[in-house]
Amino acid sequence: TIVAYILRALQNYPLYIRSIPTENELKFHYTVHTSLDVVDEKISAMGKALVDQRELYLGLLYPTEDYKVYGYVTNSKVKFVMVVDSSNTALRDNEIRSMFRKLHNSYTDVMCNPFYNPGDCINSRAFDSMVTSMMMQVC
Amino acid sequence: MEGLTLSEAEQRYYCDLFAYCDTESTKKVAPNGRVLELFRAAQLPSEVVLQIMELCGATRLGYFGRSQFYIALKLVAVAQSGLPLRVESLNTVKDLPLPRFVGPKNEQELRHTALYSSDADNSTSYSGVIPPPPGRVQVKKGSVSHDAVQQRTSTDQQESTSPVVSPQQSPPTSPHIWRKHHRHSSGGNNERPIAGPGPLWTPFSEAQPGASTTGDPIWSGHSPPPHQENWVSFADTPPTSALLAMHPASVQDQTTVRTVASATTANEIRRQSSSYDDPWKITDEQRQYYVNQFKTIQPDLNGFIPGSAAKEFFTKSKLPILELSHIWELSDFDKDGALTLDEFCAAFHLVVARKNGYDLPEKLPESLMPKLIDLEDTTVVPVISEVGDQSGEVGYSSSPAEAPPSKSPSMPSLNQTWPELNQSSEDTAIVHPVPIRMTPSKIHMQEMELKRSGSDHANPTSPLLVKPPDLSEDNKMSTSKFVAGNTVADGYSSSDSYTSDPEQIGSTVTRQRSHSGTSPDNTAPPPPPPRPHPSHSRSSSLDMNRSFTVTPGQQQAGVAYPPAVPPRPQPTQGAGPHVHRPVDAEGLIAHTSTSPQQIPEQPNFADFSQFEALVASGVNEEEEEEIETHSEVLQVEKPSDSSGSLRVAKAESRIEDKAAVNVPVNSGKGTTPLAPPPKPIRRRLKSEDELRPEVEEHTQKTGVIAAVLASQPSIPRSVGKDKKAIQASIRRNKETNTVLARLNSELQQQLKDVLEERISLEVQLEQLRPFSHL
Repeated sequence: TIVAYILRALQNYPLYIRSIPTENELKFHYTVHTSLDVVDEKISAMGKALVDQRELYLGLLYPTEDYKVYGYVTNSKVKFVMVVDSSNTALRDNEIRSMFRKLHNSYTDVMCNPFYNPGDCINSRAFDSMVTSMMMQVC
Repeated sequence: MEGLTLSEAEQRYYCDLFAYCDTESTKKVAPNGRVLELFRAAQLPSEVVLQIMELCGATRLGYFGRSQFYIALKLVAVAQSGLPLRVESLNTVKDLPLPRFVGPKNEQELRHTALYSSDADNSTSYSGVIPPPPGRVQVKKGSVSHDAVQQRTSTDQQESTSPVVSPQQSPPTSPHIWRKHHRHSSGGNNERPIAGPGPLWTPFSEAQPGASTTGDPIWSGHSPPPHQENWVSFADTPPTSALLAMHPASVQDQTTVRTVASATTANEIRRQSSSYDDPWKITDEQRQYYVNQFKTIQPDLNGFIPGSAAKEFFTKSKLPILELSHIWELSDFDKDGALTLDEFCAAFHLVVARKNGYDLPEKLPESLMPKLIDLEDTTVVPVISEVGDQSGEVGYSSSPAEAPPSKSPSMPSLNQTWPELNQSSEDTAIVHPVPIRMTPSKIHMQEMELKRSGSDHANPTSPLLVKPPDLSEDNKMSTSKFVAGNTVADGYSSSDSYTSDPEQIGSTVTRQRSHSGTSPDNTAPPPPPPRPHPSHSRSSSLDMNRSFTVTPGQQQAGVAYPPAVPPRPQPTQGAGPHVHRPVDAEGLIAHTSTSPQQIPEQPNFADFSQFEALVASGVNEEEEEEIETHSEVLQVEKPSDSSGSLRVAKAESRIEDKAAVNVPVNSGKGTTPLAPPPKPIRRRLKSEDELRPEVEEHTQKTGVIAAVLASQPSIPRSVGKDKKAIQASIRRNKETNTVLARLNSELQQQLKDVLEERISLEVQLEQLRPFSHL
């Protein structure tokens, strides 16, 4: 299955991109970029909603015939976008939620590192390993 | 094969040997060939070797499993020490020296020289002492593989000196070398004279100024004997070089360290050998140095160093940011963005190691892990990535028990964070289930939603904990108010099976609804629900409908219907307009069920004015009075309407509270806001109600009804009142239906949400569980 994770910062530039398999990455870039519109739309629709896990998780942004795109946004407007293959029907919504939660936690750990400047690309080995393990679970 | 107990040193040693022999990297089986070579290197007579093999079972199995290998090694040691080979000797012989295998390992023996020549793989100068990068090429020498890890051939190459020297030169490059030295010293400590630490120190000091790698060329000149000193001094190197890196000015520290080291060389050797093969272990001097550095930043040893200060500090080491970032990730154990003393020492140590050329591990080495009282992570075996097969080494490395004794008041903060973490998670887990989550009742839903929002984020348990008790209290309160009614109400309001709590909640819900419905001026919507029940905010008419729907069913059931009624008394008691309510509520209740019967009573409107007058007279809670008066009035009015007769009849039969209820109801209906038609019916119902002891309920009900009626347009007294009454009742019923339908859908939705929440919580819990293993 194909999975891709992309983190995008407030200004929508990518902070972290990871995909399996590594080919066709450009297509994922494009997909994620286009899905940002949906993300923004959902964010604006939330308005003054209470911030909790439910609203951080944006859910299925849009399905295409090939893949599904899921979104998640943190309180600091860092967007996590995940693209999964449509053939991977085993992925339940809650699994996606838990994956996003793990991503969020790892991202928080990265942020705690004083050597990491927010806005830099994420070069953390721990983060990478976490993402790899998650992708391995899915694939 | 009997169980084999190995000392720690033995364990490590054997593991390395096994790894060395494990050419196929199966980690389970050592091919016979390699093992045999190894045994040959032990310089044991072949028959002994055969005997050993037999004893350990290898001949039986045909290969050397790990256990067989260990047993064999132990037997080799036994044999080498001259003891007879027996199975029992495996465990009985204490303090057995490690089996010695001729080869690079035994620097003490000069046999390695003979092996050197055969070791072509040692591209470096050394011959077999230091295993060449490819690793275990020391088969020829039968050396132990612990050197295999040394992949830093670069440093090896510098050692162009005698093979004996070679091992000494490797230390700076890899922790394994360190370990090797350890082992060597452990194996042949006694044999190795500690010669001339002095000359060693000087070249060492010369090496200091340079980078760590510069120490290598200097080493090349060293003689074999002092290799231990080298190793010892190497131990000093990190701190000294770190000193250099970080504080060029602190030359004094270097000398101090060096002198200290030299003075305690012997002690260190012994200590180091005992601590064995842990290159990541922090020595006492290092530890002291780190602590001093910590103090310069943060005087309180139990305090934190904030991330920014640490960043500055470590940036001085001139390591690339990426590596510093990685070091931080490794050392900030609790991920709080600050370094405690232990974390700081670990980070410092990693920086030192890195500056000396060691690669950073992927995971924090065991000896660097901060001591957490709560966590028992000492059993965790971190893997140093750089080390090829050294996975076993670290695992066997001396546990934190041997860790620098000065792992001082370790992280009180860490200790706290962990239990807090666990507690919080447990608390949240506990909090969540407390309330009656799985019930569809709205209140439950609200509770759950509150909890969900609270627990998921940083909302510690407190708000959540607060809420359930509140809710439960409320529920209890409500339950206490009306017991019988509750069950009925619950049964009515939701068809789901309730637990006792839901019943309470349901009652609370109904109570709430009734509260809001009872009075347009309803004093206070039901307190507990965290979220104002939508129905509460709705107009009282809904509540009235509810009460309507409730009452008919209940009345028909002959049960005390007003589960909703009980709450009424409270709000209604305070309000003036509530005067009508007691009457109205019941009247309404009666009305719905007897709507068809209301029609004939419509004409009682004429009485309404009188009722109103009566009501206006200030009869409030005095239902009886009203009733009586009304009844009187009604009786007077009787002739006017047939309903009046009815009413009178009712009044007669009901000269109690109900009548009063009817009056206002009637009046309301006929004239102003009160709904007349229901009133007569209410009266009738009231008679039934009277059977119930809940007078208050009546008052409330009437209040509600009054409110509802109030919302309805006044109906001019006319014959059409019947129709209007019917229409009104129909309308009310419809409203009630919609309300209930909406409620149902909401509850369903909430149920779904709760279920999902539960699943996500379970997932979270699972996540937290493995996390505790880390």
